[in-house]
Amino acid sequence: MAKPRAYVMVSVDADTVVIGAREVKTRLAAEIGTCGLGEEIRVLETGSFGPSDAGIVAAVMPEGLVYGNLTPERIPQLVEEHFVKGRPVSAWLLAGEHILPDPETTDSRGQQYFGRIVLDNCGRIDPDSIEEYIANDGYFALGKALTEMTPEAVVEEVKDSGLRGRGGAGFPTGLKWSFCASEKADMKYVICNADEGEPGTFKDRLIMEGDPHKVIEGMALCGYALGATQGYVYIRGEYKLSIERIRNAIEAARENGLLGKDIMGSGFDFDIAVKIGAGAYVCGEETALIESMEGKRGLPRVKPPFPAKAGFRGKPTNVNNVETLANIPFIIRNGAAQFHGIGDPGTPGTKVYTVLGHINRAGLIEVPTSVTLRDVLEDYAGGMRSGSFKMAQLGGTAGDLLDASMLDVPLNYDSLAKNGHSLGSGAILFMNETIKVCDFLHACMKFFAHESCGNCNPCRNGMAALLELTARLKKGEGYPGDIALMEELVMGMQSIAFCPLGQSPAAPVLSAVRYFRDELHAGINVDAVRPRPEHTMRHLMKLAS
Amino acid sequence: MKTLDDLRKMREQVRKELDMRSGNKRARVTVCMGTCGIAAGARETMQAFLRELEGAGLGDIAVTAAGCAGFCEKEPMVEVEVKDEKPVRYCHVDAAAVARIVQEHLVGGKVVDDLVFA
Ligand SMILES: Cc1cc2nc3c(=O)[nH]c(=O)nc-3n(C[C@H](O)[C@H](O)[C@H](O)COP(=O)(O)O)c2cc1C
Ligand code: SF4
Ligand code: FES
Ligand code: FES
Repeated sequence: MAKPRAYVMVSVDADTVVIGAREVKTRLAAEIGTCGLGEEIRVLETGSFGPSDAGIVAAVMPEGLVYGNLTPERIPQLVEEHFVKGRPVSAWLLAGEHILPDPETTDSRGQQYFGRIVLDNCGRIDPDSIEEYIANDGYFALGKALTEMTPEAVVEEVKDSGLRGRGGAGFPTGLKWSFCASEKADMKYVICNADEGEPGTFKDRLIMEGDPHKVIEGMALCGYALGATQGYVYIRGEYKLSIERIRNAIEAARENGLLGKDIMGSGFDFDIAVKIGAGAYVCGEETALIESMEGKRGLPRVKPPFPAKAGFRGKPTNVNNVETLANIPFIIRNGAAQFHGIGDPGTPGTKVYTVLGHINRAGLIEVPTSVTLRDVLEDYAGGMRSGSFKMAQLGGTAGDLLDASMLDVPLNYDSLAKNGHSLGSGAILFMNETIKVCDFLHACMKFFAHESCGNCNPCRNGMAALLELTARLKKGEGYPGDIALMEELVMGMQSIAFCPLGQSPAAPVLSAVRYFRDELHAGINVDAVRPRPEHTMRHLMKLAS
Repeated sequence: MKTLDDLRKMREQVRKELDMRSGNKRARVTVCMGTCGIAAGARETMQAFLRELEGAGLGDIAVTAAGCAGFCEKEPMVEVEVKDEKPVRYCHVDAAAVARIVQEHLVGGKVVDDLVFA
């Protein structure tokens, strides 16, 4: 049988599977077979290409053409036109060069496109095929580490790369690894945090769905570096397809001797299991996550001791985000220097974002950490779809709200910190003038109030108070002094809440006050009289005692 | 998978197949596949290309189909476009012609003058 001359790669991720991606794939294969092209053209499943607002998407390779909004009904015409007659159906083609970037092309600002690190395989390979991952240099970092490097050298390499955690806090990954590596213990654990509870953030899901082996390889490298023999991927239960693909990947890696005992004859044993979370936001916090893994209620622990000393089952444990781990194979394979040369020196590498809101191209992107919010908006998101840019929330619901004055700040920890902001978890929500700041804040507070675990008073009551307060502002019924009160509340929570969830409303609230004070003021009725003493921080504490 | 070498072997083997999928091609062969092209044997021409290219071990050449070009009496018609060179159009491309195009043009780098569409 001759090799196929073309591939149709249907993007099957959790979003497209529910709208019938698998039916489209089956129909495509059947139709291509009916036309006698079964041997020439192969139909495959792959991960997300990026767009999240284009329905069922499929790419035809090697042409690199991407179709969107496919339905089973459209398939016969598509096959007839494109594959039998060789005429691409232009009406169904998606526009947008970032969808399948060619590593050799330049981006729209004329800069050399350096290639993706985390998403290089997403949308290009079959995520259920370990062979295809290997063909793209998969598991060669693990092979290199096991045969040429000591565990200490792996830790050093990650340190030198300058990689910082992609789970939100930006902690230097190599340093974190060195804490756990230096612990002496009979058992150590590596946990991949795939809880991803931040609304609007779904980049980890798309990484796992598109290239699960990369996460597995990153974990194995981490295990080797730290002297850990057991890994867990903690995935939220709603992420059905991620769970399925990670499980398949673990299975395939085991079958090929890349997990299990004595990997590649090196004497290194490492295995991975999947743990399924129940979807509480707080369980993404690493110590709550560990509690939940131990079968307890997902309450954050008091730190110290940090997990590196006493984590899962009291043993030294390292927790890293999915994207953080997915960067590791590149670093080990290509060396720290190459990684460090990409993006901003303070936050080297790339960042994966889900971009959403009033933009032309919503979806998944990976950009060097030197690009600005404006670059993302104009070059990757295709500009505003309607209206003009008013504000963006950077990093999910716990992220900062930025106005147009921040459009030219590069998206990395240091540049943002200079402006009093943080990078957050990997979502960017662009909003036009139709969104009112008060409405937006209220929506954020709804989420927090719902997710507060209720364990500690400042968060439990503070969230309720913020919810009430923003509801008032939204209706234009705020009391004079409400803005100051809101600031006091979030700052108080920031300093005394038990876990970082209670500290989270500070970011959206304080940044909203900073940039949109006038608009918030418009939510206040200057004649209104406060009917009863408010939930000031002092008041909240009194309730507690 | 016992050694790094096993991993390498597997990589090379799968790579050959995956080459086909990448958009980065040294050359592109486009077979004209309109109704009259197919009637004149374009389907066999396409198959012949796939066979010959595989036989010659050329994984970096894309084979695609195109629609009617309007020269029915010249079918099967094929366009060969080597990167950075002007596309060349061949006509009446049967299996024997395919073998020559692959060997002389794509392997040897020399246009097969007597088959060129004039
Ligand atoms: C309320 C809350 C939710 C969090 N959710 C996540 C999450 O879903 N995924 C994640 O990777 N980190 C999450 N984190 C951060 C983790 O605690 C931890 O910092 C991270 O997993 C460390 O990985 P990194 O160093 O690779 O970034 C959350 C933190 C808090 C306080
Ligand atoms: S801050 Fe909130 S989420 Fe964290 S422990 Fe307290 S109540 Fe629970
Ligand atoms: S301790 Fe549970 S809410 Fe009071
Ligand atoms: S199909 Fe009519 S000329 Fe080619």
